[in-house]
Amino acid sequence: MVTIGPGEGLQVELQSSVEAQFGRQIRAVITETLEGLGVTDAHVQAIDKGALDCTIRARVTAAAVRATGKDVWKD
Amino acid sequence: MMFVPGNNPGMMADAHIYGPDSIMLDLEDSVTMAEKDAARLLVHNALKSIDYGTTEMVVRINPLNTPYGKKDVEAVVKAGVDVIRMPKTETADEVRELEAEILKVETEIGRVGETRIMAAIYSALGIVNAYEIATASKRMMGIALGAEDYSANLKTNRTPGGAELLLAREQIVVAARAAGIACFDTVYSNLDDMETFRKEVQLIKTLGFDGKSIINPRQIEIVNEVFTPTEKEITKARAVVAAIKEAQAKGSGVISLNGKMVDRPVVIRAERTIALAVAAGVIDKEEML
Amino acid sequence: MRNSKVVSLEEAIKKSGLKDGMTISFHHHFRGGDKVVNLVVDKLAQMGFKDLKLAASSLSDVHKPLIEHIKNGVITGISTSGLRGELADAISHGLLKEPVVFRSHGGRGSAIAGGELKIDVAFLGASACDELGNACGVPRSENGKSICGSLGYALPDARYAKHVVVLTDDLVAYPNLPAGIRGADVESVVVVDSVGDSAKISAGAIRDSKNPRDILLANQAAKVVINSGYFEDGFSIQTGTGGASLAVVKYIREEMINRGIKASFALGGITAHMVKLHEEGLIGKLIDVQSFDKVAAQSIASDPSHVEVSAVEYASGQHLGSATHALDIVILSALEVDTDFNVNVLVGSDGIIRGAIGGHQDTAADSALSIIVCPLLRGRIPCVVPKVTTLITPGKSVDVVVTEYGIAVNPGRPEIAEKLKAACLKLVDIKDLAAKANSIIGTPDPLPFGDKVVGVVMNRDGSVLDKIYNIKG
Repeated sequence: MVTIGPGEGLQVELQSSVEAQFGRQIRAVITETLEGLGVTDAHVQAIDKGALDCTIRARVTAAAVRATGKDVWKD
Repeated sequence: MMFVPGNNPGMMADAHIYGPDSIMLDLEDSVTMAEKDAARLLVHNALKSIDYGTTEMVVRINPLNTPYGKKDVEAVVKAGVDVIRMPKTETADEVRELEAEILKVETEIGRVGETRIMAAIYSALGIVNAYEIATASKRMMGIALGAEDYSANLKTNRTPGGAELLLAREQIVVAARAAGIACFDTVYSNLDDMETFRKEVQLIKTLGFDGKSIINPRQIEIVNEVFTPTEKEITKARAVVAAIKEAQAKGSGVISLNGKMVDRPVVIRAERTIALAVAAGVIDKEEML
Repeated sequence: MRNSKVVSLEEAIKKSGLKDGMTISFHHHFRGGDKVVNLVVDKLAQMGFKDLKLAASSLSDVHKPLIEHIKNGVITGISTSGLRGELADAISHGLLKEPVVFRSHGGRGSAIAGGELKIDVAFLGASACDELGNACGVPRSENGKSICGSLGYALPDARYAKHVVVLTDDLVAYPNLPAGIRGADVESVVVVDSVGDSAKISAGAIRDSKNPRDILLANQAAKVVINSGYFEDGFSIQTGTGGASLAVVKYIREEMINRGIKASFALGGITAHMVKLHEEGLIGKLIDVQSFDKVAAQSIASDPSHVEVSAVEYASGQHLGSATHALDIVILSALEVDTDFNVNVLVGSDGIIRGAIGGHQDTAADSALSIIVCPLLRGRIPCVVPKVTTLITPGKSVDVVVTEYGIAVNPGRPEIAEKLKAACLKLVDIKDLAAKANSIIGTPDPLPFGDKVVGVVMNRDGSVLDKIYNIKG
């Protein structure tokens, strides 16, 4: 589950069942995804239970789209 | 063809391990309106990242006349989907509309002509128009029946024997064969009644369908069992194929087996039997080359 | 009765001559329902004992009160087959000064019989016992309160410990025979309210799994068994619990009926599924070191072909008469398998102890065919890895690994690979499985282990196989 609120710079608060092995990579995926969407200031809260990177990317994008109201697809 | 809800990343990640011939990620009925945007992104990212091997990847989009349909097309074409399944198809024009939408996205990403279309027919009007739908586009690879909506549209109910679906099923097979494309039967949703499911699979195989839509990996084994040729059928088909090879080696156009001439339909049936047996993994592909 | 051995727990302890620094032992036949360990250690703490070494056949979630006893210095050493829950977590983080010694069930039996593991006082729970100490794991009167079935892991303790105390929740009239624990070996009998909650002896779900992945794994494992060359009339088999193992039994049963073949015996932890096949006449004898559920426990009480064996008779590597030496096929699970076929069933891939060796080492080593069934991935946790976190069962005794992404056969067993290939099973190189896992989930970062040894893994011959270090964070 990912929620995105206002913030200064990118702050990622992650709670993960695979923190020791994958926490670093999950944070990187979250940051890259947001940067790719042009989001530079946000406070991200993510609760992960061992999802794959592609799922995290989708969840972060969906949360960003909902927070900004700017879709990644054309109308 | 195995249906997987587009909002279930766990199932999307490992659906292919059960060995379905194709996987249909669903953005339509299994996703609530509040989740359409999130599911679309999940499906897009899954298609881009997960190695599904040789499994054919299909996505059922929302109808184009909803706020979701066009975005669905963009998201899945950009992710390189093999087939778009169009729900609630009633006319050939709807297929052409989808075709234009696909072409628009394909042109944008420079991948023209790769995306194929499957039309699912849910209504009496669609059944009446089955042949026109089946021939509406060069991209058309198959047509399928959606039985729940169809029987409601007929003002009847679904029954275990499926009498209410008989005409629709036959019409779909006939239209698909006339158009030279594939045809797939509807889902069977009672997972606790595997015996009725098996009977239904036997019925649709007899009717001529190429495959069955399923909702759970547990149904795959039964479909494979029913569609897999028996040892006797394989032995017979092997003899026919051997006779073909012998005729080819001799440069003869006449194929004969046990002193009798083998007709063209027998050859076609034998080749289909071998193809099914290879697909089911009961005989080795290399062995037949 | 004349010569009655019945005393209070405190008297039994005093009579035993137990002193600080000595070794006490327990069995785990009540698994998560065990009440004896906590009851006895609480009493020992209250009586002021310190520096005791606890030699259990296994420990689980229910034993978390030991954390306090370790902190207070009552318990300073542990040997066991496994650890789970909060106790395991605390020990993984370095709670205990001395490393825990992990042994397989067969290895523990051998160590007790051979004198490597000396037990000063054994405290053994029993569902029925007479005043002279003849004790068993099944009720023998209408007042019976508990049932655990076989007492196989307790039998070496009863025979070799210097002093034996039986705790029972049903004292019955002499003679309570036949009985696995013989009165001749017992010094004291203590009557308690409850030795264990029988509802909790089930190792896992007994119901048939509907999880499609379990079914797929079971189906593949059954095909391996059936086409391995060992599936013929008179074969023998052992399986674990868990969804996939139980489903394997279902598939094998169908094929036994189809082909008209029967098994001579099933071994190990016995489940309701095995009892069913036995009652249908498909399995000759059930050789039971541990009853995995109530149905199995009840069967051993009434069926003369369902036999209790000690851990030594079950799986000792040193005793060639042990049952594992006659075993054809064993189906086992794993937390991790590596590309050399080494298996870890003890330490999670987060570095925390969360399992038990059980009979894994023993059955894999002695059986003719050992099959490991495990998913390639559990969520984002890989189960086929370049190197196991902790070595429990060496790869040379592992023959086949079944995953949902294909079956890998140990290159040391080419004849099995040939047979499986002929049956059109999809064989893959185990290195490709590890690479596949890596391509799906990425490369995990190394675990933050410290430099304190918190566990030592023994091989069944008494040598050290591996060490477990404390995990930080």
